[in-house]
Amino acid sequence: MRETFTKSMARNIYYGGAVFFFLLFLALTYDTHQVLPSGDNHEAINEVVALGKKVWEENDCIGCHTLLGEGAYFAPELGNVYTRFGESTDAIKLFIKSRPAKGVPGRRSMPQFNLTDEELEAIAQFLKYVDGIKTARDWPPNIQG
Amino acid sequence: MKYQSQLVAKNYFIAAILLFTGQILFGLIMGLQYVVGDFLFPEIPFNVARMVHTNLLIVWLLFAFMGAAYFLVPEESERELYAPWLATLMFWIFLIAGALTVIGYLLFTYSDLAALTRNELFPTMGREFLEQPTITKIGIVIVALAFIFNIGMTVLTGRKTVISLVLLTGLVGLAVFFLFSFYNPDNLVLDKYYWWWVVHLWVEGVWELILGSILAFVLIKVTGVDREVIEKWLYIIIAMTLITGIIGTGHHYFWIGTPDYWQWLGSVFSAMEPIPFFMMTLFAFNMVNKRRREHPNKAAVLWALGTAVMAFLGAGVWGFLHTLAPVNFYTHGTQITAAHGHMAFYGAYVMISLTIISYAMPIMRGRTANGEKAQVLEMWSFWLMTIAMVFITLFLTAAGILQVYLQRFTEDPVPFMVAQQKIEIFYWLREFTGLVFLIGLVLYIYSFFVKEENVAA
Ligand code: HEC
Ligand code: HEM
Ligand SMILES: [Fe+2]
Repeated sequence: MRETFTKSMARNIYYGGAVFFFLLFLALTYDTHQVLPSGDNHEAINEVVALGKKVWEENDCIGCHTLLGEGAYFAPELGNVYTRFGESTDAIKLFIKSRPAKGVPGRRSMPQFNLTDEELEAIAQFLKYVDGIKTARDWPPNIQG
Repeated sequence: MKYQSQLVAKNYFIAAILLFTGQILFGLIMGLQYVVGDFLFPEIPFNVARMVHTNLLIVWLLFAFMGAAYFLVPEESERELYAPWLATLMFWIFLIAGALTVIGYLLFTYSDLAALTRNELFPTMGREFLEQPTITKIGIVIVALAFIFNIGMTVLTGRKTVISLVLLTGLVGLAVFFLFSFYNPDNLVLDKYYWWWVVHLWVEGVWELILGSILAFVLIKVTGVDREVIEKWLYIIIAMTLITGIIGTGHHYFWIGTPDYWQWLGSVFSAMEPIPFFMMTLFAFNMVNKRRREHPNKAAVLWALGTAVMAFLGAGVWGFLHTLAPVNFYTHGTQITAAHGHMAFYGAYVMISLTIISYAMPIMRGRTANGEKAQVLEMWSFWLMTIAMVFITLFLTAAGILQVYLQRFTEDPVPFMVAQQKIEIFYWLREFTGLVFLIGLVLYIYSFFVKEENVAA
């Protein structure tokens, strides 16, 4: 680099840039918190949905599935599975409940989690809540996720 | 070696390479499960193999970063490490905690592990990359604090260089942003919003500071170029990293329920994130071209140049590929993401780890560089692993393009599982290429055991 551009100039850009953009990021985060309630479907969060999120986490569903596009890419997107399953929580419960313990020969398989009825209801309600989150341009692009 | 206490780094590097091997083996298991769906089912379901694969990656990179810090900070600070015993103690604590966690993943059903570790008291488990039981997370924080204390005291009471200060800043940032892994609200949008403060602000923020400082250190050593010049480059690279990368977090806030303005903020700023990576490439090649000495460790120079190129390709080019919101609308959460994740992690963080190991290990074993035979083997392993990773990325990219087309783009989109079957061939190719990568890794490990007659002391 040319001599006119000194190390202390570079250092000042580093400190100045880092501080400025971090503060801007904090401000945007604050604003995001203000805007969020209009689309994050928080009004649907109740004890059942909260339990559903625990069931989701404690069985590591994210290790195979994506949820709103984040997670693993081994199994279908579940952010819109409620819509895909005809807006039926029963269909979701039935699917999870009926996974064979030994898997499906030759096919990518989902474990049998042996969830209680309460947990099944909770996970289905959780997936329904996620489907209700307003994502930009209604992502995912279509029903297949 | 200038300071005796630098030697604590050796265990860290050895552990890193062993865990790296474990990571690759589990990667191969998953690669096979992609095409032979019931392979090892239900003993090792895909999600379990995946958490072992990704957590081993993170843990071994942390081992390598810590080893790098223990090696280079005394030399930069021109003093012995503040507390070498603490570094050794933390090594064993971290290794045992890491091993117990991985064994826990493999021996217990995940929900049983959650119950066993009382996740309900402070639920943090079950989120991608943050699968560790809460108690393990607390352990990581404790190890990180002891480590930063040790490194910090060494830096602050010794000669302060730009390299050691930037490294320290990166390490403190790593620890601070990890704290967000303890925040797990019921509101999924907020959960995801702050989850990225760990993941994105790590790899596209503070880790780049660590990467830049290690690269700068090795380049000073192997090229003999004036420190002033190298430090100026380092400042301007990390300045660009933070200027683009912090607001660039917005490229993860497109489709998770966050406000619309993130669409253009995330697109514009993350589109500039390749700049610091490109500068890193210019930096490395410039310094090597202007070198004032011929360092006998040719392999280390190769790794350093390789890091600069592959980080730019994986993070810069493959990141840019899908970072604009209109593109990401289609590619979000597909094999395109997987392709990018692989080459970026390998090109930037795996390769910088192998760079510092390549430079430091011979020195810690009492010589400036390995002999001819070992170096040739190491360079072979460089090419095998790197070319294998390029092809893994290309195959996953091909799979991703087809997946996007079949499942999201055509008039008549097909279900996920149908699309996956149609692109099977690319998963097979990826798996074979993964075997080539493993051969490269075996060769790499073997290069440490080559017996040589005449090596430069
Ligand atoms: C080991 C990997 C794995 C894990 C872990 C896993 N799944 Fe699945 N899941 C699959 C696979 C594979 C399919 C597709 C099955 C098929 O089509 O035959 C699937 C399908 C589904 C479907 C139907 C989606 C559709 O569109 O057809 C639902 C709903 C579902 N999983 C829910 C869950 C929940 C809830 C959890 C956590 C409690 C979970 N899964 C954990 C692998 C997994
Ligand atoms: C060395 C640096 C980098 C590493 C290690 C890295 C790694 C990753 C990983 C692992 C993911 C997947 C996360 C998940 O599981 O959801 C990801 C996602 C992503 N990365 Fe990077 N990345 C790096 C740099 C970059 C850069 C510089 C850009 C932009 C130019 C970028 C753009 C993206 C985008 C847009 C996604 C989201 C993909 C999606 O929508 O599914 N990355 N990255
Ligand atoms: Fe990112």
